[in-house]
Amino acid sequence: MASLDRVKVLVLGDSGVGKSSLVHLLCHNQVLGNPSWTVGCSVDVRVHDYKEGTPEEKTYYIELWDVGGSVGSASSVKSTRAVFYNSVNGIILVHDLTNKKSSQNLHRWSLEALNKDSSPTGVIVSNGDYDREQFAENPIPLLLIGTKYDQIPENKRNDVLARTAFLSEDFNAEEINLDCTNPRYFAAGSSNAVKLSRFFDKVKYFIIAGFTKCSFLPLRAISKAMLTSLRV
Amino acid sequence: LTYLVNSPVFQVLFFGFGWLFFMRQLFKDYEVRQYVVQVVFSITFAFSCTMFELIIFEILGTLSTASRYFHWKLNLYVILLVLIFVVPFYIGYFVVSNIRLLQRQRLLFACVVWFTFMYFFWKLGDPFPILSPKHGILSIEQLISRVGVIGVTLMALLSGFGAVNCPYTYMSYFLRNVTDSDILALERRLQQTMDMIVSKKKRIAMTRRQMYQRGEDQSKQTGFWGIIKSVTSSPSASENLSLIQQEVDALEELSRQLFLETVDLQATKERIEYSKTFQGKYFNVLGYFFSIYCVWKIFMVKFWSQHISFILVGIIIVTSIRGLLITLTKVNSAIPPSCVSPQGMYFVSSVLLIRMSMPLEYRTIVTEVLGELQFNFYHRWFDVIFLVSALSSILFLYLAHKQAPEKHMTP
Repeated sequence: MASLDRVKVLVLGDSGVGKSSLVHLLCHNQVLGNPSWTVGCSVDVRVHDYKEGTPEEKTYYIELWDVGGSVGSASSVKSTRAVFYNSVNGIILVHDLTNKKSSQNLHRWSLEALNKDSSPTGVIVSNGDYDREQFAENPIPLLLIGTKYDQIPENKRNDVLARTAFLSEDFNAEEINLDCTNPRYFAAGSSNAVKLSRFFDKVKYFIIAGFTKCSFLPLRAISKAMLTSLRV
Repeated sequence: LTYLVNSPVFQVLFFGFGWLFFMRQLFKDYEVRQYVVQVVFSITFAFSCTMFELIIFEILGTLSTASRYFHWKLNLYVILLVLIFVVPFYIGYFVVSNIRLLQRQRLLFACVVWFTFMYFFWKLGDPFPILSPKHGILSIEQLISRVGVIGVTLMALLSGFGAVNCPYTYMSYFLRNVTDSDILALERRLQQTMDMIVSKKKRIAMTRRQMYQRGEDQSKQTGFWGIIKSVTSSPSASENLSLIQQEVDALEELSRQLFLETVDLQATKERIEYSKTFQGKYFNVLGYFFSIYCVWKIFMVKFWSQHISFILVGIIIVTSIRGLLITLTKVNSAIPPSCVSPQGMYFVSSVLLIRMSMPLEYRTIVTEVLGELQFNFYHRWFDVIFLVSALSSILFLYLAHKQAPEKHMTP
């Protein structure tokens, strides 16, 4: 298969949030029976119908790369992980709704993956602080998924949902909250399925339109320069 | 100074330090909702540090004998209370709460678990010569003796391993030569393996989709025509599928191994770079001295070793504590309370062992407080376990070291 046809989406998040269960659910429409620690990276393939229902419908295989480990790992683990971050077309950020730290760590995860392209040694360029502007200009589509939705007690649900709404605004991404042990969350026609479909369509669209990190920035810079000159 | 020490200033300081360590290091990436765990951990830590402090006071001769005695007793009672009553009870309580069947009668079952623990704890003392008929059932000597056995075993195991691992880690003699091209070659292999996995999984997905679209459902193969169809059709797609699936499984296993090897090589490369810095060279020299001492200790030479051994056992204990706490930070999926209990026992028994290395004149107060425990037994037990642990660590590291270079030989 030609490399032009490859669609690679990373699935990032802390240990134990449920990335492997999520990937299994997305690819096989079944619940993962025996989840275990992911060593290194595990890949799975989802069949996606691009622009479903229109005459331009085409079938693509989306590779979901489920990278294991924690964001505070030793630098040897981080540099090895960087091998998996090459030519990424989309990122799914997974966090555990019952664990606040996992959502806080998502900023570091996304920085680790996004910064890989800009510096050859894989060293994180920013000091780890989150910068909204960086994500606004980021050409790689992000999707935010919160897991273990069923384990939140009823009275806390609103607070948690408000918090995740803020988070999705920060990342300029859509959000989906679900429970990976229940396949009905992605039942055809449900709002979650629609969001997912839209996300993968966006990923594919960005590839077709040729938006890569290198070619996108000059365009932005030019438009920004034009805007500032107009203001003067 | 007397007033300062008598007041709980130091205890509060240690408590605060334990709390901070807990929050910052141990559970950095995990949200701890039960504050009880934090409190218990910090209390154990605080009182353990106070015990060390009291030993130092003993040597320096600060405070009057009476007040030292009082503080010792107080400390020991509190720590034993926490270790034997509070911690096991809470561990039992948390375990029971997680099992849905027993949810209703949580307290009752937690008590049952605790009594089981106490039974085994008591039985622990039988094979060892620590019971003397003079003392009652629940006296302090009984409890300490048992805690001591567990803790001494733990410490000896760790010290044995530490004595061997420390020189191995710090001495550059053992560092294999790793070049950038080795790492790049491995990374390329990893990348290729991942690509192969992807292409095979795509084939599986495509075949499955075609099967689904053609309606090749096994349940539809009924009736006369179904049987004919299944016999005459080409080697069924599902057989191909299982073959490819097996290949995928093998490739995934390979990718995991490659990942781990690459991490290992990267870590070795970083250690080589570290050893070229000043800090690295300093530790390297220390490592040589340390390894000489450790070898000496393994062969148990008792020449003018009293004072030196006291200092060096202290260092081994501190580095073992550091290693233990670092290992604890790596285990972030364990039930939080279970980290507290072994650490507490570790601290109590380290008091016993410091006594072993302490010069004679300072031993009196420790003996007085802890009653007539059979200290010689503990010394011998420690030496035996230390020797066993050190020798098995040498064997283990030798095997690990020998296996590794062969894999990285570039053909």
